[in-house]
Amino acid sequence: MEEIETEEKEETQITNEGSMQERGTNGTDVEEGETMREPEETQMEERENNREMEVAPALIAVHPFDKSVAVAVGSDLRVFDLARKISISLADDSRDLLHKDCIRAVRFSGRGQLFVSAGDDKLVKIWDADTWKCLATVNSEKRVSAVSISKNELFVCFADKFGVVWAVSLDGLNKIQASCNKKAVPILAHYCSIITCLDFSPDGRFIISADRDFKIRVTVFPENPLNGAHEIQSFCLGHSEYVSSLAVVHNSDYPQGFLLSGGGDSTVRMWDINSGSLLCTCEVGTEVGLSNEPHAAVTDLCAPHGTLVAVAIQSFPGILLLGCDISAKALWVLKAVSFPGETLVPTSLGASSSAELLWTVTGVSNLPEFKASSCLSRVRVFSGFKKTDGTINSELSLLLDREVPGGEKLLEKLQGGVSSKEIEVISAAAADAVRAAMRDLLLKKQYTEERREFRKRRRNDRKLKR
Amino acid sequence: MPFRGSSSLRRHPLRCFESVVAPPLFRSSGTNRSIIRYAHSNPLNHSGDVKKIEFADIGCGFGGLLICLSTLFPQKLMIGMELRDKVTEYVKERILALRAAHPGQYQNVSVVRTNSMKYIPNYFDKGQLCKMFFLFPDPHFKEKNHRRRVISPHLLDEYAYALQVGGVIYTITDVEELGDWMKTCLENHPLFEPVTEEELKADPVVELLHSASEEGQKVARNGGQTYRAVYRIASPM
Ligand SMILES: C[S@@+](CC[C@H](N)C(=O)[O-])C[C@H]1O[C@@H](n2cnc3c(N)ncnc32)[C@H](O)[C@@H]1O
Repeated sequence: MEEIETEEKEETQITNEGSMQERGTNGTDVEEGETMREPEETQMEERENNREMEVAPALIAVHPFDKSVAVAVGSDLRVFDLARKISISLADDSRDLLHKDCIRAVRFSGRGQLFVSAGDDKLVKIWDADTWKCLATVNSEKRVSAVSISKNELFVCFADKFGVVWAVSLDGLNKIQASCNKKAVPILAHYCSIITCLDFSPDGRFIISADRDFKIRVTVFPENPLNGAHEIQSFCLGHSEYVSSLAVVHNSDYPQGFLLSGGGDSTVRMWDINSGSLLCTCEVGTEVGLSNEPHAAVTDLCAPHGTLVAVAIQSFPGILLLGCDISAKALWVLKAVSFPGETLVPTSLGASSSAELLWTVTGVSNLPEFKASSCLSRVRVFSGFKKTDGTINSELSLLLDREVPGGEKLLEKLQGGVSSKEIEVISAAAADAVRAAMRDLLLKKQYTEERREFRKRRRNDRKLKR
Repeated sequence: MPFRGSSSLRRHPLRCFESVVAPPLFRSSGTNRSIIRYAHSNPLNHSGDVKKIEFADIGCGFGGLLICLSTLFPQKLMIGMELRDKVTEYVKERILALRAAHPGQYQNVSVVRTNSMKYIPNYFDKGQLCKMFFLFPDPHFKEKNHRRRVISPHLLDEYAYALQVGGVIYTITDVEELGDWMKTCLENHPLFEPVTEEELKADPVVELLHSASEEGQKVARNGGQTYRAVYRIASPM
């Protein structure tokens, strides 16, 4: 029997209590673990300890001025220098520079000077996006789920699995010096919910955080965030499921921009960042023939120039294109572009702010059926992802491998030495794993009744010992 | 209908004070969102202008404080938020009984079953509240559990969001350690400033912190000591 952990569950826990929590005035801690235990919290702890079956989806990030492309799959970070058309080797100094567990977030800074990678090894690595030297490695207390770099490139912010957002100052990061250690401070938190993405408003005034419940919080990002970011500007409330992705669109008429978000409720929504008002909701599931909600969850968004939005959908092997009109505050479906003859769904999207290419990666870590490398990643690039007046048909077309910038050499690097042909052979088997990885990433963990009982008993045991 | 969360429910002002019980949360499956309608009507509403809830009692327990506040501030709308089902149900029955026994009174008070630590922003707009109450909250002694405390540095950000400038947060406990904790959290929070002793003396609500709620009465009966911290949202420089 499957049961999703929600408020409902919590309710049953509470009604069992019967009377108000017993609390001795002498300060004894009676029954606490049991009464107030949050399902999500329990689950987070559970996840910390027990993660045999976790598979991480592949991620892609494109340099804002097309200098390079990075793909992360499992603990592997692969970078290709587009300008010089060479593979970057991140391991030339020592193995120590690399990640030791699944990478969950990668990001270039807005001006393209820095790159950040972070994930399950609780390390946040800050790289010089030109020399690809690791400038700093920040230790997180918990596994990291999202990262972003402030607009002024003075701070790296990252979110951990307990819903806390941390900031690290980049001040004094010496580009010549070897990797140094930096300390992070907590600046804000979502109560007991995993943060799925972090972003900044175009003017840098606000940090935006979205979580696995339904919340998007817009917080004033102070000049010195190391004292905390306490002033909440708005909440963008409207998603009825987890929020999986954020993107900010702006143009010269609206420099402060609008927020786009995608979520498990198969919608892409447009928000006023200042007030949190919902401006537009675009239902995407039915457009790709997936009316069934869990399969039509939005998994990624990419909107570099504000007129076109590329949407990745959990069970759709392709891209859904939306038109976006900032002044009319409108979003609408343009068309679905599928990968011909393919079953693999994209796990991550990327684009530079300048070029007309939309980059996609599909893949997962820890794929047992896949012998050549346990990490599968397939990179595909569309051309024609350019500014439009919003009405014309957009000419998105899939590039052949040899047409991709950097060609086969780039693909060999970013696909981890596995050729596209080889990937095709296993793609049918991998397709399910990819879908499962996306689902696991975002859905709240489902527990069987026995498992729940077991966890309860274990908690009681712990209590009795004391 | 003081709940925002789905697109259809979202920006409705908190106006439907017809009910004694606010509608339950939507469940996470987006398909079975339900809007529940209530029979009771609120005379305060009939003037036509939309009134907003201004007081919130967080973890209201059996509702003693709300009942006192209801007659002390008959023109203000107030809501209790309580996690436990049965307790919420009890408060609801209690309010309905009072309304029946005192026609025209107790129309300004309601209760909702919710986890306040998660859903405050779904119920209140920015700067909507002028008073928030945290009376005898659960202490969560262990260090590891401090983040479950209903007053914490991070949750204060959300309370500051819901409160208007000058809005007051009232906290009281009989657990010294928790009292210190709440005071320290408030003291260190840049958006809050302490309410002076003089102002506290002039505030009729302060007396109720000790005497109105069920937990407060229990502590008073046992002659227990209480630790109080009352802060307000400082006006921006
Ligand atoms: C010790 S009682 C105090 C009740 C009341 N304030 C009084 O003074 O009598 C604490 C109450 O807070 C409720 N509570 C605890 N956590 C809560 C949460 N996250 N949201 C809403 N209520 C909560 C409990 O169910 C309990 O009824």
